[in-house]
Amino acid sequence: MSDSTIDTAVDLGLEGAVEGAPSGPGPAVLQKRPWLGILRNALRLTRTRIGLGIVTFVVAVAVFGPLVAPHSPTAFVGVPNSGPSSNAIFGADALGRDVLSRFLHGGLTILWVSAAATLFGVGLGVLVGLVAAYSRNWLDDVLMRANDVVLAFPQIILVLLAVSALGPKLWVIVVTVGITHLPRVARVMRGAAQDVVERDFVKAAEAVGEKRSRIVMGELLPNVTSPLMVELGLRMTYSIGLVAAISFLGFGRQPPAADWGLMMNENRLAITVQPWSVLLPVLAIGLLTVGTNLITDGIARAAIGIDGRSRS
Amino acid sequence: MSGKMILRRIALGILTLWLVSLVVFAAVIALPGDAATAILGKEATPARVAALREQLHLNESVVTQYTQWLKGILTFDFGNSAATQQPVTQLLNDRVANSAFLVFVASIVAIPLSILIGVWTAMKRDRPADHITSTITLVLAALPEFVIGICLVLIFATGLFHIFPAVSLLAPGEKAWQDPQVVVLPAATLVIAVVPYISRIMRGSMIEVLESEYVTMARLKGLPERQVIWRHAVPNAIVPAIQVTALQLAWMAGGVVVVEYVFSYPGIGAALVDAVANRDMPVVQTVTMLAAGVYVLLNLLADLATIFVTPRLRTATR
Repeated sequence: MSDSTIDTAVDLGLEGAVEGAPSGPGPAVLQKRPWLGILRNALRLTRTRIGLGIVTFVVAVAVFGPLVAPHSPTAFVGVPNSGPSSNAIFGADALGRDVLSRFLHGGLTILWVSAAATLFGVGLGVLVGLVAAYSRNWLDDVLMRANDVVLAFPQIILVLLAVSALGPKLWVIVVTVGITHLPRVARVMRGAAQDVVERDFVKAAEAVGEKRSRIVMGELLPNVTSPLMVELGLRMTYSIGLVAAISFLGFGRQPPAADWGLMMNENRLAITVQPWSVLLPVLAIGLLTVGTNLITDGIARAAIGIDGRSRS
Repeated sequence: MSGKMILRRIALGILTLWLVSLVVFAAVIALPGDAATAILGKEATPARVAALREQLHLNESVVTQYTQWLKGILTFDFGNSAATQQPVTQLLNDRVANSAFLVFVASIVAIPLSILIGVWTAMKRDRPADHITSTITLVLAALPEFVIGICLVLIFATGLFHIFPAVSLLAPGEKAWQDPQVVVLPAATLVIAVVPYISRIMRGSMIEVLESEYVTMARLKGLPERQVIWRHAVPNAIVPAIQVTALQLAWMAGGVVVVEYVFSYPGIGAALVDAVANRDMPVVQTVTMLAAGVYVLLNLLADLATIFVTPRLRTATR
């Protein structure tokens, strides 16, 4: 194992020298944890820091909100749709429950469902993309054709199709949102891996008789980390939007649960009299997606800087 | 040569649509337990369950069910709505027209606007105007469409101003274009959702073209800058933007679902949400096939358009 790692490092160094890519302080370090370097560079950009600040704030609200909420999310505290008062700072919702408490309790579901869907979708997408790039035969064609089929569905419509058949369950949302990401991620990863497959260290690993699974996971994966990180950020942004939208349409958590999407659904008709119960979750979700997108943009910029090969 | 390429592309589109139909059909198979009971609920009378079983051909083999269903779709017979017993075509007719009008209005605003923004920011490259626009588009690109829609409602309908209606209500039988006011905010939402993507691609491709030799050549010939930009640079810069534009227009086929729901706009998107809530599978399947058809068609058109405007591809052997 260690022999092949050294070979890989030497090969990478040579490739770098030939292509004029920044070989930097020891290619072995670069090879080992390329994503750390990208993250470090991304953090030097103002946009990444702003994004990180925003995301930390919204996640903190969602995680610690339930601990500081003044009322139970299901307790009735006032007249339905009444405005702000000393008892309820942001007033009461359409059923007379405290808007602030429901807001503080309602963020966790969207967060974990989006994160789970992103990890599931990107994980499968990476696997399919790398296997397709590595196989270069009928398997590549079959996988890409299957991708086209999933791509033909607008993302939200595929999720709704599954919900109509299997019911509004959170695992259905996690799985289908992940599946709608799969072909999009797979295309990017396949494209990125196609260059790597042709490199000498892959041929060397094949010659040594490494298992295919080890070549895909051990040789290809470490060399496509920068597009992978960008995809993770991008898909997380879209996951949050999709999951919140499904919940807003009424197919996420069901009443009387406190959930940002459901809050918007329940109170949207009373938006004229009591805007807060819609505005708070809208602001939180909007901030969160803008934050994740700023981080993603920072990572993408840092990745381009490090790669040197890819031009924007 | 190009004819063969176009035929191959069309055949691929049809193959994709056929595979899509398998997935859409599988949704009924995936219903837990008896499909007819699952759709109608446990309180349904045995007679209604039997009627629905008959309509969905549930008493026959899966293959027969599928071929009957596919035959229906190909002859524009989508069966009856499980919720209202009306034919699906009758139920969706006006709604398809309303949604098409919404997407049409959004497109004819979004496409020229994106090109203008892309060209303008490319010309102001790295100057404050470019940086500010790029930050705004980065933020807008991240926002989910319902966030944009609800913000527009709060700004233009209920909170700050009272210019446009917050809900797009139409009298029965009235079409959206007979009361254009109801289209303004939903269309604006779609425009704001797609413009960031198209204008960014347009900017990138315009920058590349502006650095090309033939633009320098045109400038050296002493052509007025206006002519260099609009006659020489823009037509070439648009080519890469065609694919993204098609993808964004296809995205609208799904985007209308949430946008129509926000504004209670009487289109197919809002109908789909109702149908999912009621487990009205014939309606769900029809709208899904429609959206997938729009996607495949738009991509096909984009590919053909790219072939026609790129001489290299037009004459290529493949």
